Amino acid sequence: MTRHEKIEVRSSDDVVKVRQRVRALAVEAGFSLVDQTKIITAASELARNTVNYGGGGHAIVSLVKSNGRTGLRLVFEDRGPGITDIELAMQDGYSTGAGLGLGLSGSRRLMHEFEIDSAPGQGTKVTVTRWR
Amino acid sequence: MEKIPILKMGRFLLVSIQVDMHDRLAMTLQEDLTDRIVKENARGVLIDISSMEIVDSFIGRMLGSIASMSRMLNAETVVVGMQPAVAITMVELGLSLSGVRTALDVEKGMEILHRFRQPGEEETDIDDQA
Amino acid sequence: MSTKSNLPGLVRRYEKEIFKDWMKEQLADFSLRADLISETELRGQSAQFLETFREALEADGPASIKGRSWDELRTSLEEISKSRARLGFSPSETATFVFSLKQPLFALVQKEYESDPKVLSAELWTINLLIDKLGIFTMECFHKGREEVIKRQQDEMLELSTPVVKIWDQILALPLIGTLDSARTQVVMESLLQEIVQTSSMVAIIDITGVPMVDTLVAQHLIKTVSAARLMGAECIISGIRPQIAQTMVHLGVTFSDIATKATLADAIRSAFAAVGCRVVRREK
Repeated sequence: MTRHEKIEVRSSDDVVKVRQRVRALAVEAGFSLVDQTKIITAASELARNTVNYGGGGHAIVSLVKSNGRTGLRLVFEDRGPGITDIELAMQDGYSTGAGLGLGLSGSRRLMHEFEIDSAPGQGTKVTVTRWR
Repeated sequence: MEKIPILKMGRFLLVSIQVDMHDRLAMTLQEDLTDRIVKENARGVLIDISSMEIVDSFIGRMLGSIASMSRMLNAETVVVGMQPAVAITMVELGLSLSGVRTALDVEKGMEILHRFRQPGEEETDIDDQA
Repeated sequence: MSTKSNLPGLVRRYEKEIFKDWMKEQLADFSLRADLISETELRGQSAQFLETFREALEADGPASIKGRSWDELRTSLEEISKSRARLGFSPSETATFVFSLKQPLFALVQKEYESDPKVLSAELWTINLLIDKLGIFTMECFHKGREEVIKRQQDEMLELSTPVVKIWDQILALPLIGTLDSARTQVVMESLLQEIVQTSSMVAIIDITGVPMVDTLVAQHLIKTVSAARLMGAECIISGIRPQIAQTMVHLGVTFSDIATKATLADAIRSAFAAVGCRVVRREK
């Protein structure tokens, strides 16, 4: 059984909402406190990217099962300007805005799986998963 | 409008963050604090984050900015009560909070503030025994 | 094999005889572990098993052991296999419990259908398949039981090997012993940080005298622990770094700069005392 939740991500209030929903599902999936914190933090970083750089979009939070393992998968999708140089964007400290540039690189370290799909003018889709 | 209360205790300001902060609220806190430091002529700021579930890069940056700004205004900042899970996550994320003093709890935070109060300032209250 | 098997009826009619034969098989076999299980206990287990076996057969037939009617039998088989795994039975000793039931059942149908080879072979085949299925199921459970034992031992070892001790007001020590892998270091790190909060300790000494080897990954975990403690407002001292470890670390490019390190636990304790404002003085004679 997989559970799905779609959340609009347009403002900084929505970032809070994403954190709260992700937290609820992480608790439900039985993640330890440290793991919960890692997942919520990654969600917060990515949701903020969606608002600040992607011009808003949506998040899909789902519980997934594979090979007897339970995981939490977060997908963030926007129709924004997209990323020209993904490799550069993944570097610690690189930012086109006013942030610290830890959003992408940091959330990759906090999760087990990280996938980014983006092209200029095509928007950005980031998928991250953490297994229990 | 929603605001995080700032308490005054002698020459120190006390903030306890109890809500899941959205980014605007964090920015408001930063502005309010710097205003109050000047207005109250405060020498120290103590921020209690023991009930915060996460500190992401935005909040981390805000804490760093508060510390730098208050130092510019002649006040020390101590962040107290960070939970282990939050600390572990911050390290993994790559946040180090350089320039921000930390302490385990409010009591230890206050000790640090007392220690850093500059000597030689004309003060009417008696210095604590170190 | 569309003809209906007569096995359920036979088992019901001859349950007592089957039990006697089966017990004889089990007891004659070398694999009876009298040191691990008593004969009374084995008899009890076997009698109960045979009863459930008959009930399941009568309700659902011998074609599959997956149905609802076989639930009870599967559960009891699971219990038997897992308890044998815990007690230290070998895999073959555990499997014999089920497989030794073949002999009495074979003997039974042989006697019953001596005159009808066609039925006889069909029934033998049915028994064979059925007992094999139960045997495989037993092995799967046995294996699971062993895995649980291993997992429990690992957990116990993890707990034993992370003793965070308070050595003075505001000073904690964590003497690490044995090989540090990534998982263990993570557990250690979490329990140390938790203890720092609980005891409100300013200094934590991580002593690695008993750690034979430190690789890059473990060194990184140690550095992360120190950084996390610092974020919380506590300082860590790493002590007991043996010469060989210092050499390997530097070769690996890990210098622990920015972290307080001491060669011996005594040095670390001295500097921890200084950090919390205590001084050790020798009493004047």
